[in-house]
Formats: sequence, C-alpha cells, structure tokens
Amino acid sequence: MAKVSKKKASKKKTRSGGAEQSNEGHPDVIYDDEKEEDATDDDVTVEDEDGYDERKRQKLLEAIGTLSGKRKKTLGERSEAAVHMSEFTVNVEGEGDKVDLSDLIGSMKTTPGLSGKSKKRLKNMEQSRKTIECPLSKQESERIRRDLAFQKVSKEVSHWKSVIRQNERAEQLVFPLNQEHSGPKPIERVVMDWKAQTPLEQEVFTLLSANKQPINDPILTPTEEASVKAMSLEEAKVRRAELQKARALQSYYEAKARRQRKIKSKKYHKVLNKAKSKDFQKQFDEMVKRDPAAALEELNKMEMARMQERMSLKHQNSSKWARSKAIMAKYDEGARKAIQQQLEVNKDLTQKLVTSLNKEEEETMEEEGNADVVPDFVNDAEQGLDFSNPWMTGKLSQDCVEKETSNAVTIRAEENVAEEEEVEETEEEVLLREFDNRRKRRQAQEADAPVMLMEEEEENKDASDKEEEELSEFTSLFKGLAEGCGEADTAAEQEKELKIRCQEDEELLTQGKEAEEEEATDKGPVVPQHPPATENAQKTGKSRKRRKGIELKQVLTKGAQVLQVPFAPTIEDAEDSEEKLDQRGLIKEAFAGDDIISDFLKEKRKQEDAGKPKAVDLTLPGWGEWGGGGLQPSCRKRRKFRRKMTPPTPRKDQHLPGVIISEKRSSSIRLHQVNALPFPFESPSVFENTIRSALGRTWNTERTVKKVTKPKVVTKLGAIIEPMTREELVKDKNGASAGTSSSVKRKP
Amino acid sequence: MQPGGPGIPQCNARSPSLFTINTWLVCSLLANIFVAIIFPFCKRVPLRYQMKVKVIARNPDDYVRETKLDIQRVPRNYDPSLHPFEVSREYTRALNATKLERVFAKPFVASLDGHRDGVNCMAKHAKSLSTLLSGSCDGELKVWNLSKHECVRTLQAHEGFVRGMVVRYCGTSFFTVGDDKTIKQWKMESPGYGEEEEPINTILGKTVYTGLDHHQNDPVFATCGQQVDIWDEQRSSPIRSFTWGVDSFSSVHFNPVETELLASCASDRSIVLYDMRESTPLKKVIMTMRSNTLSWNPMEAYYFTCANEDYNLYTYDMRYLAKPIMVHMDHVSAVLDVDYAPTGKEFVSASFDKTIRIFAKDGGHSREVYHTKRMQHVICIKWSADNKYILSGSDEMNIRLWKANAAEKLGVLAPREREAANYSQKLKEKFQHHPQIRRIARHRHLPKTIYHQTKELRVMKEARRRKEKNVRKHSKPGSVPVVSEKEKHVVTVVK
Repeated sequence: MAKVSKKKASKKKTRSGGAEQSNEGHPDVIYDDEKEEDATDDDVTVEDEDGYDERKRQKLLEAIGTLSGKRKKTLGERSEAAVHMSEFTVNVEGEGDKVDLSDLIGSMKTTPGLSGKSKKRLKNMEQSRKTIECPLSKQESERIRRDLAFQKVSKEVSHWKSVIRQNERAEQLVFPLNQEHSGPKPIERVVMDWKAQTPLEQEVFTLLSANKQPINDPILTPTEEASVKAMSLEEAKVRRAELQKARALQSYYEAKARRQRKIKSKKYHKVLNKAKSKDFQKQFDEMVKRDPAAALEELNKMEMARMQERMSLKHQNSSKWARSKAIMAKYDEGARKAIQQQLEVNKDLTQKLVTSLNKEEEETMEEEGNADVVPDFVNDAEQGLDFSNPWMTGKLSQDCVEKETSNAVTIRAEENVAEEEEVEETEEEVLLREFDNRRKRRQAQEADAPVMLMEEEEENKDASDKEEEELSEFTSLFKGLAEGCGEADTAAEQEKELKIRCQEDEELLTQGKEAEEEEATDKGPVVPQHPPATENAQKTGKSRKRRKGIELKQVLTKGAQVLQVPFAPTIEDAEDSEEKLDQRGLIKEAFAGDDIISDFLKEKRKQEDAGKPKAVDLTLPGWGEWGGGGLQPSCRKRRKFRRKMTPPTPRKDQHLPGVIISEKRSSSIRLHQVNALPFPFESPSVFENTIRSALGRTWNTERTVKKVTKPKVVTKLGAIIEPMTREELVKDKNGASAGTSSSVKRKP
Repeated sequence: MQPGGPGIPQCNARSPSLFTINTWLVCSLLANIFVAIIFPFCKRVPLRYQMKVKVIARNPDDYVRETKLDIQRVPRNYDPSLHPFEVSREYTRALNATKLERVFAKPFVASLDGHRDGVNCMAKHAKSLSTLLSGSCDGELKVWNLSKHECVRTLQAHEGFVRGMVVRYCGTSFFTVGDDKTIKQWKMESPGYGEEEEPINTILGKTVYTGLDHHQNDPVFATCGQQVDIWDEQRSSPIRSFTWGVDSFSSVHFNPVETELLASCASDRSIVLYDMRESTPLKKVIMTMRSNTLSWNPMEAYYFTCANEDYNLYTYDMRYLAKPIMVHMDHVSAVLDVDYAPTGKEFVSASFDKTIRIFAKDGGHSREVYHTKRMQHVICIKWSADNKYILSGSDEMNIRLWKANAAEKLGVLAPREREAANYSQKLKEKFQHHPQIRRIARHRHLPKTIYHQTKELRVMKEARRRKEKNVRKHSKPGSVPVVSEKEKHVVTVVK
C-alpha cells in the first residue's frame, strides 16, 4: 500500500515539475523505509493507514490464536503483491492509474552499485514516448519460429557431412561399426587382466615385485629410471652431442665406403689399388728404416700370401668362371682381358720376394723351374690349323723367352738391391745404367739360348709352310667367306714376320726383344709370347713408371699353367660358319618354291588398292548419241563423265614395309566394345587404364590381389548392424583434430 | 587284356587276366633278381669308364608342404610376357562370372504363411535377427521365428487393421496401433501357461492411428493419425502434438541417427519434418502426388527416401527440400513401402505392381527386381538387420523371405571361396560397362503385365518429352523453361 502511495506522489511531482522530482523522491523513499506516516497527501495517508491497521489487526488475532495452544488450520496468506489477494477485499488502490516506468526505476537513485552511464540511459528511456509495435499475427510468428527451428536443426544435421563424405570415399566399410578389434591386444592390457594363479606364478610375481622389476609395463626398472634421472642435463647434452657426432662420422664413412664399393668401373678400382699399394710401399720403406722387425713381419705376411696363392687354384684358369670365360674369349674381347687380368693377379701373388738374403737360392730354384717348363701342348685345340692364334705361333719360342726373362730377373734382383742403395739418383741415370748392365749380362749369357730358339723356329716354319699351302686351297674354295680369308692372310703375314725374325742374327733379335723383355718382367710371361698382345702391353707399359723398393712384379716365378684362350676367330670358326651356311642352304632348298616376301608385298598392294576409292563412271549410254546393244559410249564422253574421288587419308602402314594394318572396323568385335565413355570416368584414357590393369592372381602377387579385390562393404555374419550413433561424430571430430580422421573402422 | 584295364576283370575272361597278372609278377621278380646280380658288377666298373650323371637337386623345403592341410605351394613367375592377353582373359572370366551369377540368382528363400488376411505391417526385432512381427488386416498379430520358418505366437491385437507396429529399442516389448483407436503395448515374451494374452498397457485415443514409430534410445514414441503425437511411455496423453493445417497422416518415422527428428507423410501430398524438442513442425514439402511412407538412411543423418504414389521413389536431403537429390524409377505402380538396408547403401521398395525392387541409394534405376507368380500387391517390406535378407508382406497373406543379393551363397564361406567371390565381383565391376556383360547382368525375367506396362510407360514418357520439346521449339525462347526430372515432382516447400 505504501508503495502505491509513493508512486502516486512521485507521479504528481512529475506532473508538477520534472526538475524537482529527483530532489523530492529521495525523502519519500526514506519515509517508506522508516515506516513514517508523514506524507504529503492527506487522503491517501488515511486510506493507507486503514489498510495498515487491518493487517496489523489480523496479525494480532493470529498471535492471540496461537497463544491459546490449540493449533488452528490457518488460511495461508499470500505475501507477494498480487491482483487477486482476496476475493472479498477487492480494493486495489490506484486501479485506474497506469504503472509508469518511472515508478519502477524510482529506486535507481538509491542503488549504490549502478553506474552513471546506465542511469543516464534509463532516464532517457523514461523520457521517450514511443509506442510498441503490435505483435505479429499468429501464423506469421509461427512461421518465423519454424524457420528458426529448421535452421537450427539443419545446422546440427550438417555436422554429419564429413562423416558421410568419408564413408562414401572409404575403400572398404566394415559393418557393424563398433566392432571390438579382433586380433592381438597390447601386452599391457592382457597382463592387467591376468592374475597369478598357480603357486609357481605367484612365486615368480613375488620375486619380481620384491626386486622391483617391472611387471605391467616392462620398459624400465626403478633403478634404471633412477639412474636416468641422476644424469644431469648438461652432462646428458654433452654426451648426446658427442654420440651424435660419432654417429654422423661413422655414417659418413659408411656411406663413402658403400659408394666406393658400388662403383663398377674397373679402372677406378685399379687406380685405387695402385694408390693403396703405393702407400703401402712408402710405409714399408719407412718401416724398413724405422722398425725392421715390423718390416720383416710384413714380408713374412707377403710370403704367406704367396704360399697360399701357390697352394690354391684361386687365380688359376681352372675355375668355373675362367673356363666359361675361356669359351667366351673366342668372341669377346672383355672375356679375354678378364682372363689376362686374373692371370696377372696370380703372377703378382706368386712372385717371390727378392731380398739379398735368398738371392742365391732363388737362382737355383729358377733353374729348376725352367727345367720343368715344357711346351704347353694342352693348348693346341686348333689342331695346328690356326696361324692366327699367337699361342700357337709363339709356343716354342716361349720357353727360351722364359729362360731369358728368368735370367734377366735374377740380374734384376741384383739391380734392385743396387737401386735401393741409390735412391737419390735421378731416374734417367738409373734407366741408362740399367740398360747397359742388362745388355752386358745378356750378351754373356746368350751363348746357349739362341741355339735353342733357332731349332724351334725351324720346326715351326716347316709346319707352317704346309699349313699355308692347305690354307691357300681353302681360301680358293671359299672365296665368299671374307672373314676366313682375312684371317688366313693375317696369319700368313705374321708367320712371315716370325720367319724373318728367326733368320736375323742374334744381336738383332736380342735387341729387338729387349724392350719386350723389359715389359715381360712387368707383365708376366703370358704377354710377351704373342706379338700383337705385346704391342698393347708396350703401350701401357710406357705410361707406367718404374718403381723403386720391392718390385714384386720384377720377380718371375714359375709360370702358371695357362688355359688356352683363343685370341681371334680361328679356322674352326670358319668351319662352323660353313656348317651354318649349309643349314641355311638346306632351308633355302626346302622352301625354294615359297616367296613369302613377294607374296606379302602383293597382299599389301592389294589391300592398298582396295582401300583406294575408285573413279566413278557417270556416263549414261544413249545420251547425245546412239545407244543399244554392242554400242559403247564414246571415249570422249566417258572421259568427260568420269568422276575422280578424293584421295583417302594416308594409310597407317604407309611407312611400315613389313606390316599391314587393317583399318576396317570389324562388326564382330564391335559387339564387345564399349562405345561410350561410362559415367564416372572423365577421359577415355583413364577408363582404358582401369581396363588394362589386370586384377587376377595370374598377373599379380597374392597381396596385391587381396588388396585389389577387397569388397566395398563387409558385414559380419549374424550381427545386427545398428544405425550410426552420435559417438561416430565425436570420434570423427577427435580424429580430425588428431590428424587421422577415420569415422569407420577400416581393415588394416 | 581288355582295354577296360587290369582293375576290372571280366567274368568269362578271368583266367587269362589272372595269368597275365602272374606273368607280370614273374617278370618283375626276374628283373629284380637280374638287377641284384648285375649291380655288384656295375659297382666295380673302373672310375674312368663311369659316366658322370648330373642330377637336378631341389630343396624339399621349397615345395613340400608342412601339413597335408596346407595348400600346395605353386611357384609363380609374374613376368607379363609369360602371361599375355590379360585383358581378354579377364574379360572372359568376367563374362563367365556374370553368367554364373545369373545362373545362381535364386533369391527366394521361404514363404511364411499363417495369416488369415493381408499382411499390413511388419516389425523387426531390435535385438534378435531371427524374430519378426507381422500384423494383418484382421487385427491379428504373429511373431515368427525366421530360422525355423514358423510362427511362434499369435494374438488378436486389434479390432480391424493393425495399422502400425514397432519393437521397443530394448526388445522386451512392442507397440501396436490399430483401427480401433488404441495404442497397445505388449510383452515380447509369450504369456505363461494359463495366462491370458493381454497388453501391458492400452491407451485409448480419440482418433484412428495410422502409424507408429519408436525413438531410437528413449522411452518415447510417436503416432500419427489426424495429427502427429509424441508420447511418453509412462503417460496416457501425448507430451506433444504437431498439427499443420488439417491433414491425415499416413506414416511417421524417427530419424535413427539424429534421434530427435521425425518425418511424416500426409494426405495433402506433403512430407513434414519435425523436431521433438520444438513445439512446431520444421518444414514441409508438397509434391505432385502423395507419398505413402518414407525411410531414413540409418548411416547418413540427413537423407531419407519416400515411396510415392507416382510410381517413383525420391531421396531427399532434409536440408534442401526444394529438389530431391535422386529420383528412383522402375516401378509401374504406386510404391507402398520402402526400407533402407542397415548399411545405408541400398534400399528396398514394395509396390502395388506386385514386385519388390532393390535400388542403390544413388541409383536412378533398380539393380534387382523380385517377384513370384503368387505374390500379390506387396504392402510392407523390411531389410533384415544383418544386411542379408529382405522380408516382404503382401496382400495374399504371406510373408516372404528373400536374399538381399540374389546370387550370394548363404552361410560361412571358406577363405578361398570368399577370395574367388571377391575376385569375380571385382571383375564384374571392372567390365560392367561392356555391352555383352551389361546385357547379361541386366537381364531379368518380368511378368508379362509388368513388362508391357514398363514399355508403355516408356512410350508415354517419350511422347511427353517430345511434346514438350516441340512446344519449346515453337514458342518464344526462354518462355518454356527446361524442368529437370527432379524438379518436376516438387510443388512447393512450405516454411
């Protein structure tokens, strides 16, 4: 009641003057709070007092009633101000008056927490006098509500978009969606579930727990963890850096080694080996000076290697590889070289180390070795027919050469010793002196050697003469075979050269051979035996520098048994070709009647002609002249009405003489061909590719087949497939945030 | 000896055959002795005269299998030059696979008879694959055991039609609505001996209910009749009622994914969407003809397909109702029911033309059509929850069980069998566009009436198309717009 009166009062105030309102509203409120009856308007206060008294009286009565002790059922009174307070006291004060905004915000001034800004805003609102628009019609408002609701729902539903997309694109969907993963579980989970049951297990577990060993997560024991923690950070960093560096270096080295190992170039490896041996020699030299004991050890090592080599057949020509190469050598330059190289290796390894200590022994050994050397008759597979084979031609002279070289070697060994002493001398001087020395020694020893040589050469000559005659006959017979002829000629020439050499005097011969021998010491015994090869050797030899120190290659030991390696196509080859020719001739004879090529050409011509459009004759007989039986239209007319068709597009096999490409469409094939690009494909090439790639296990490995033939939808037998749930959406979101979005389980 | 071989001695010629066997034995014995005599001498042949024989030796680990159950290991060389003509060979295989598929296409599994009137509605059990409920037009309800092909329970549920039926998500009870204006809840278990068949709960309504559906995982269900009502299972009055104009609704369906959404088909040719949480419906689309029922895609929240009276089915995206995303054509009469496969990749439709058709969710035409001579108008259809079977209830009182994939082998497949099936399936897919293969794969036998009706419809459609084209040709350019097939069937979308 009091409130209403105040409102009234304030309203009157506002009507009288807005300026005073704020000043006088304040005391009003205070009055209200203090329940003072000092009011401005009299009649209002009277009414007010009446109501107030009434309530007081009621309360008093109630209090008396409760005093009596008997509990009465009381009629509950509503405490809040409401329109319907009581059915009988319908005396709502100020019913005709409207509630104003200012009534509601009257208390604004007293509220301490309110900011000045909002106060101002409220005041402005109070002063504005705009009317509120009337509400929308029911239909319209409902429509808006529907629209809003729909928008909300469609937004909500759109969250599924990514899931649906993914499932559409997925290569395989496995239903039901929330299947338990079958297969091995992580060990932790298994162990967690598992409990020790048997006494043994329990014992084991007690032991483990007593020793603080990890049971569930077997990674680190507590002590290990502690030790890990104990290492300080800096220390760890330094250590780590060191380790990293070491690892890096190691990896570089490994990479380098791998790279080098991969290099296939033989030249590269040769150079590399040479460099290595050079290094080794340097080291050895130094070692000899500094540490003779170590040098001796090294020497022993070398000796050991030599022994092993002599015992084994590793670099002999008896290995499978060498035999195969020997077969190939007939045709292949590379194979020949390979064999030679192998032989060289053998030679290198089997060379005896020449030291001043065992020089004498060696000499005697060499003599014995020479005695053992016999002409290698195993090699003459050519039945003495081929002159082109330098193995044959040089066979008999080989022995003496070997002897010579062996002699030379002994001398050389001495020289080497000398050379070792005169390291400081210039190379030229050394060379010259060496030359002189050698010549002198050789002249002294040559008394016996040339005799042998002569005899052998003569023998050789006789045999070769006969063969030459035979050969000439052959050549006259097979003039067509240019190859055979050429070989025979060259062989003859070589033979002649040899003869000339034989007849030359010793002096000349030895001088001529000097160079060869020099190379022979380098190259081993195989090379000097055949003149064409030696030329090569000389070329290479010139580039080579003479070595100091222990010149392993200058030492000659017993020659290895050499497998026959033909160096050029021989006469046997010619015989082969003859056989081939026979075969060919035979076939030719058998199919003498067939001329396939011309038939083919004819066929092609025919097809081409068939494809050409024919000229059309449009002459109508009887027009402009007489017609009838037996009468031909005139030549002029025919020419006039002859229509030539446009030439067709060039045939595809135009430039392919051996091919006929039929450009006609076959109707029987068309039945099975796709005539339009099917829907999901965008270009014919893509479609063709899909057709071209085979799926079956005839063309693909098992794994590929499994991958390719994976069905799109997999369902479990007898399992109910539930509709998708919201968890899938959540899962998808999580997956997307984690970077691996997978809404649906996919097979691994 | 007879050419029949030594294993089949003939009666009259027994003695000679025996004789021959004896002689053979003697010979072999002699040979043995001979070998025994000769062999020692052979051993003493000097080394240089012995011939060296090279034998190819193989490691048995490479070709001997560990157990006899293992497959023999076959070494293979995948060099393509050794296996030429891969395309043509695979083409042949694909062709054979397609032919075999047609040979083995026997979709019909069983027929369940027992109803005394047409089957009007069916319901799948939520938890058991082998249980099916069906309600007929005389108010009878039957519970079937599908694996045994027998009826396990029969009860008189309603007076008049059983209009709708749904099993609660837990599978312990089910609801039915009928023409007698009641909603009844029944226990799934059959009553014990001496107990009467009584519903757990009966709600008497004011109007006839025509459809019913249950919430996916809340005790809430929805009915439709003159309005769409949402009921709480514990209350006897609806917790919410949706009306929008005066219609009668034919069916209502909860969205299985976004479980608070519903859709209903009304007799004013409209499909209305609702949200259970809102007080008003959301939107409706009015089509040229009435939709009988609809089905939500269980894997894709915003897609649903409705079965229309104009012989077509329409798949809508509920966010964009102005145009269906796909029109599925092939039926030649009104489509009465539709149900999605649980994988959401396909759906099956039942039609008044006495056929069942299976459509891919994004396929304009059906991939399969099922029919039998005796099957009449198919009223209701369900796709089993394991994606293997289809159940159809038809006018002539039978429920039929079909395979979802006609040529699929039922039961467990051996691994190699499965691999072979997968391979042939992929081959068929790969070569599906080749005319000969497509021809065979698409070939279906149809009843004469349907075949002719299809033809007739095609002619009609072509004529309409031609006429429209002509009209367009003879009128002002732009005045006769080209309306796509999808747009043709939607009248308006009401907000």
